[in-house]
Amino acid sequence: MRAALILVLVAVAIVALPLVAPAYYVTLMLPFMAYGVVLLGLNLLFGYTGLVSFGHALFIGIGAYSGAVLTTRFGMRQMELILLAAALAAAVVAAPVGALCVRYVKIYFGMLTLAFGMVFYTFLLKFYRLTGGDEGMRMLRPYLLGQSWEGFSKTAYLIGPYYYFSVAVLALATLLMWRIVRSPFGLCLRTIRDNPLKAESLGVSVPRFRWYAFMISAVYAAVGGALLATPTGNVDPTLAYWTHSGNIVFMVLLGGFASFFGPLLGAFVFIFLQDTVMSVFPYWRLVFGAVLAVLVIFAPGGLMGLFARRMPAEVSRG
Amino acid sequence: MILEARNVRRLYGAFVALDGVSLSVREGEFVSIIGPNGAGKSTLINVLTGVLAPSGGSVRFKDRDIGGIGAVTLTRLGMARSFQLVQIFPELTVLETLQAAVVSRLGLGSRFFASLAGDGRVQREALEVAALFNLHEKAHTPTRELPQGDKKLLDVASAFALKPEIILLDEPTSGVSTADKHAVMEILVGAAKRMGLRAIIQVEHDMDIVFGYSDRIIALHQGKVLADATPAQIEADAQVMDMVVGRRRGATIPAPHPALSPEGRGRSSKPSPPEGERAG
Repeated sequence: MRAALILVLVAVAIVALPLVAPAYYVTLMLPFMAYGVVLLGLNLLFGYTGLVSFGHALFIGIGAYSGAVLTTRFGMRQMELILLAAALAAAVVAAPVGALCVRYVKIYFGMLTLAFGMVFYTFLLKFYRLTGGDEGMRMLRPYLLGQSWEGFSKTAYLIGPYYYFSVAVLALATLLMWRIVRSPFGLCLRTIRDNPLKAESLGVSVPRFRWYAFMISAVYAAVGGALLATPTGNVDPTLAYWTHSGNIVFMVLLGGFASFFGPLLGAFVFIFLQDTVMSVFPYWRLVFGAVLAVLVIFAPGGLMGLFARRMPAEVSRG
Repeated sequence: MILEARNVRRLYGAFVALDGVSLSVREGEFVSIIGPNGAGKSTLINVLTGVLAPSGGSVRFKDRDIGGIGAVTLTRLGMARSFQLVQIFPELTVLETLQAAVVSRLGLGSRFFASLAGDGRVQREALEVAALFNLHEKAHTPTRELPQGDKKLLDVASAFALKPEIILLDEPTSGVSTADKHAVMEILVGAAKRMGLRAIIQVEHDMDIVFGYSDRIIALHQGKVLADATPAQIEADAQVMDMVVGRRRGATIPAPHPALSPEGRGRSSKPSPPEGERAG
């Protein structure tokens, strides 16, 4: 009951935000929502299947570049189709990459995903004619619901239609993931996370389910990546760089991978903390490094873990 | 004949772990595999459950070669197992553990968006198994918080939840206090009967359990079958008793447990307390 209340309050706050908050903070919500989608997917792999990917920026990159390529090279500006194309492209790449990676666990899985991320990063950097090299490509303002929103200034577009479009995508992604983790499939993933040997003995095909989880998380990352490209207006290879993969793992840890909403909280705190710290202190990575160290040592459950005792079980233990 | 191993050899490099083992398990049998450490019991279990491929010979389950086919496929064919070292899902509840087995058996694992909580059949079957194993009151307890004996029971219960035709139990009472061993075996044999299992194979060190419940005992020694006979015959064989059991048992021979033997079906499942000396 309390969980539902908190959810409703958060949802109302998100919907009402553009009406009350300064435009600057509203635009900060855009990367939060994009990362929110990415992290929901990443945590299916991390928190529910027990696999830590250090290469998921690869799929953020695929999503972002799908949007940039489609809008600038093909004049295809419908955001709904861009998201679909991003998801499809990610699935096509994730199918073979995942099939290979899920045969390994722990650090080997992490390193292999990292390796694929580096390969893709280099590809973006070197295939200049297709990707624009290190300068990247422009992401033109996409149409939403068939409307071009021509009359809107860039800011008005972002804090108006694009904001609510992002809210809708995040809400849909959350709803679908909520169903996934509560499905028979989700239960199978958790058995694999806890004890692969026992899961196999119960007839759960460990590599196959890990592969499914990998595919779903890749699609989520690409959809989030495509959402992320619009506010920036430009995509470049750093999106796919391994430090970016590290950042999203950090967000999951910050919020807490053991809970369904933890990663969303992590994304929110990360974005706003980064913004605050950067405005007063140029070495924000120093602060974040310290936060990460404190987190791992004193609060391995992340922020959600700290609140867990006072939170209703449904929220804290998704 | 449900399960049959013919002349199975298994080598680890130059070491011969199994040296021409032949055995068969028939409908309704409770078969115990015994032997000192290093006799090849673990290797035999792994070969019989399709985890290891035999280096020579064959293993057939329901007339199908299962050499090295892997746990997942074998589960689907109708064989389940439990482990010597207790294997659980620490973060899952008792009920979720059993649901996982039911989901797997019904092939529902690829239902990405279906509601698990809303699947009446999965819920019902998981609760039924929990009740059979006296775990229903702890259905919502996280597995990691269970006492050791209940963890062991849950490991076995989840294998039963697969509704296998044959089950292979690797030391089902190891780690269970001596006082609880018979209670665990009673639950187990009772559940097997209720669920219509066709055979049970166990590896066990506790000779009271072995002699009290088996229809047949297979004694392994240095990778070979030393004896394959009824408890009474084993008991009468001084050489086997010395080599495998390691001591003489008391003069009285406990009657085998009637639960699974075909002629015993329908009889009272009251345990026949083993009268031999207690295992230390």
